Amino acid sequence: MLETIVSALIGLLSGWHLAYMMIGVLVGLVIGILPGLGGIAGMAILLPFIYGMDPVSALGMLIGMVAVVPTGDTFTSILMGIPGSSASQATILDGFPMAKRGEAARALSAAFLSSMIGGVIGALVLTVFVVVARPVILAFSSAELFMLTVLGLSMVGVLSGSSLLKGLLSCALGLLLGSIGAAPATGEWRLTLGLDYLADGLPIVVVGLGVFALPEIVDLLRQNKAIAAAMSLGSGWRQGIRDTMQNMGLVLRCSGIGCLIGALPGLGGSVVDWVAYGHVVQTSRDRSQFGRGDVRGVIAPESANNSVQGGALIPTLLFGIPGSGSMAIFLGGMVLLGLQPGITMIETRLDLTYTIIWSLAIANILGAGLCVLVSRHVARLTTIPYVYLAPFMIMIVLFAAYQATRDWGDILALMGLGVLGIYMRRFGWPRPPLLIGFVLAPGAETYLYQAIQFHDWAWLWRPGVIIIAAATILSVWAGMRLGKSGIDEGGQSAVGVERRWPQIVFAALLTAAFAYALERSLGWSYLSQVFPLGVALPATGGMLAVLAILVTGRDHVVVFDTERIIAGGGRSMEYYLAWLVALLVASALVGFVLGLALFFVAFLAVEAHAGARRVAVLTLSAVGFLALMSWVFVLDFPRGVLQEIARMPWPLN
Amino acid sequence: MRRANAIHLLAAFGLALAATPAARAADFAGKTIEWVIPFSVGGGSDVWARFFAPMLGEQLPGKPTVVVKNVPGGGSITGANQFQSRARPDGLTILGTSGSTQFPYLLDDSRVKYQYKDWTTVLASPTGGVVYVNPELGVKTMADIARLRGKEMKYGSQGATSLDLVPLLAFELLELNVKPVFGMKGRGDGRLAFERGEAAIDYQTSSAYLRNVVPLVKAGKAVPLFSWGVLDEKGEFARDPTFPDLPHFIEAYEMAYGKKPSGIAFEAFKAFNTAGFAVQKGVFLPKGTAPDIADAYAKAFAAVVSAPGFKEKAGDEIGEYRQATGAAAQKMLDVALAIDGEAKGWVKKWLTDKHGVKLD
Repeated sequence: MLETIVSALIGLLSGWHLAYMMIGVLVGLVIGILPGLGGIAGMAILLPFIYGMDPVSALGMLIGMVAVVPTGDTFTSILMGIPGSSASQATILDGFPMAKRGEAARALSAAFLSSMIGGVIGALVLTVFVVVARPVILAFSSAELFMLTVLGLSMVGVLSGSSLLKGLLSCALGLLLGSIGAAPATGEWRLTLGLDYLADGLPIVVVGLGVFALPEIVDLLRQNKAIAAAMSLGSGWRQGIRDTMQNMGLVLRCSGIGCLIGALPGLGGSVVDWVAYGHVVQTSRDRSQFGRGDVRGVIAPESANNSVQGGALIPTLLFGIPGSGSMAIFLGGMVLLGLQPGITMIETRLDLTYTIIWSLAIANILGAGLCVLVSRHVARLTTIPYVYLAPFMIMIVLFAAYQATRDWGDILALMGLGVLGIYMRRFGWPRPPLLIGFVLAPGAETYLYQAIQFHDWAWLWRPGVIIIAAATILSVWAGMRLGKSGIDEGGQSAVGVERRWPQIVFAALLTAAFAYALERSLGWSYLSQVFPLGVALPATGGMLAVLAILVTGRDHVVVFDTERIIAGGGRSMEYYLAWLVALLVASALVGFVLGLALFFVAFLAVEAHAGARRVAVLTLSAVGFLALMSWVFVLDFPRGVLQEIARMPWPLN
Repeated sequence: MRRANAIHLLAAFGLALAATPAARAADFAGKTIEWVIPFSVGGGSDVWARFFAPMLGEQLPGKPTVVVKNVPGGGSITGANQFQSRARPDGLTILGTSGSTQFPYLLDDSRVKYQYKDWTTVLASPTGGVVYVNPELGVKTMADIARLRGKEMKYGSQGATSLDLVPLLAFELLELNVKPVFGMKGRGDGRLAFERGEAAIDYQTSSAYLRNVVPLVKAGKAVPLFSWGVLDEKGEFARDPTFPDLPHFIEAYEMAYGKKPSGIAFEAFKAFNTAGFAVQKGVFLPKGTAPDIADAYAKAFAAVVSAPGFKEKAGDEIGEYRQATGAAAQKMLDVALAIDGEAKGWVKKWLTDKHGVKLD
């Protein structure tokens, strides 16, 4: 075995293999930096090229790409407050406030170092476990997997900010959003509003971008300045590295969490950053700074989201069952290379297995190193007046959302969720619980149903279930032990808001949504209705309690409205929302590319008062970007009425 | 004199040349062909198309670039609908489908707006599948089927209207007491449930069976019962060349009952088995495509699959199956989609009664 490990490394370091891996790493970083595009998009780019390559180079290239996406995606999460991919949503919570404080460099260097260590640990775990992991994975039946989703959901407590009630309701909303589409047990369509688009459920990318990115863009536009008031790039570097070194225990724990979640097929990588974030909040004595720029809130998710891939490779290689979205594509790549994922990878092709592991480790180191080199320049983006950055951000967010299923529905869903996110932010409804609920909903429901079908109620007494249940209770206890303070977005005390009607309207709308879900679910078959009913019924009750507090005018933690705090002078949120709606209307008429060009011209002229030359240059570069993406990804952009009537030349078609 | 003759001859030859109407030949030089795959990147159909794409481009006249364009959604209905409504008959857009595209069409799913009968089939890629059980049930081969009677066996399924319809119909015909547990995200999940001991019966398509179940069989943890079989030239069921030692479904039925299967349920099974496995994946040209373009594609695919070394390259991905091209592919598809109204009605009623599926 040791001999195989060494010879795999020598093979990888000889000839052109490293060069191919470097190509993979570069693609992975670019994909990571572009928000919303994950490893899946990267695989789509690389797959056409690997056909006919030698296996070592091709595997190095693919793994190089997959490994560094969670490194590159840190940039937009920290610098822009936009999730670079679904694995770094939690990084935003503390990373972006740090950037706003001018500590972007510190946050980035801490993130890259933890990413690198996490990735290398993932590779180490894989090295040791890949030969013995089979029985371990088989020990996790549907019952244990269900309990793990419960453990994940228990993180909501510490991510709810000042009002646990609002956090739980937000999580309930996420659970219901996550149950849209075909019911796992019966295939019945639930809450689809009669739309074919919703039959597949909402894509995680769209939810993440809508709930986090659009509210941030609107907020920054209103403040009408650069993201960071002052940049202290030079000084932050060493501090970030020191931060990571001081929290090495945390890095190791979160890497372990990442490996475990990745190794269990079915949980997926998109929840790991939240679990790691919840873990760091739970286990910290001083929580006052979480959500306001605590560097530990960056280190935890970043260590975990790189180690996930190491874990996710275990079921991929051993069982041919992907441990994450990008691993599903990696499987396709292996098949194209004529490799057979499955037990043969251990019995007869152990050399290639170790090639994969070495690629993972080396790519993580290369990726983090490259990020450190370019981040000085990328970080300068935060000093550009936001009004110039915003149209590009909007374009990239829309493009990324459209990548989810390439349907107009992606764009409309993004807008709808964006509006929801904007008002949740304004009225102090914590958004992380919504994401956790959304990500875990399908797993929780499916595994519970399967556990009951396979084991009746005896599943409750399985040793694994009891152990995980104990861990869940411990985690909740740890969360409560240190008093009620949790993370708080914005974090102002908001008691004493003068005008309450806006939040009353929003709460009433949420109540109506829960009531609607409740009413609809009564008409479904038993197996389809149990889960949504069990969520919507208590949620409706909870919403009524919130409404009662709001209406009676008492001072209470649920009362919250940021509009009281923001000083006047800026434009309203609705003004910028109107810009977005105008962009959508234009796209619906003349197609996305032309619509976006019109939006650029109008927005830059009206909002930035830019001169004609600057407007032309920026608009052309935006259209050029879209054309390039259309060519690289083989995709058409959303069509408008114009495209239905007349044949338009590429890329306007 | 002789020279004059020669000139005459040449002139006549020239005249003859000019008189022959030039046969229009499809030429895709410098063009890009979009191969629409109504599934996401990395899935079985996507990998299958990416495997063929460069070889197809190589064999088409003018050597165009073939790119795979993924239009996922609605279990492939979205992409197929889009192809039906948008693709122009110029040979620059082709569609690849799989059993998941054929089934909703056969079951009259209200979302289906595509029409197979409008399209021209140029390639049909068959695959097979094997049903296997847990050895603890006390069976060694299909001959011991009597031991399974009445025993409840759980089966991890993706849904009754997915490709799993074929095994569920097979279990129904064999009167096995199989309880499907739905919500699996793929056959891999079903196999994992089997390996964990949660499910007692399972099936895998050929390549996955070879990869992941054969080692289990060798270790004594799984017992294969029968394969789905393949269609021969006459459209009759025959043993699967990949698993020559295993009985196909009809033989298995005979071992269990001593007679050939017949009746409406069997007719339904035959149609869905063909549409799901014998023509599991197909390549189509849109409505109104000129015959010369269709011929060019049929020839190109024929050249691809008969090229030396194709079988070795295809190996695991395509299995040991005869790829049908052109007219042969069209014939197989016609068999797959020829299900009479009565049998279709029976399947729909069975799905509603037995599995609570609401078909609209």
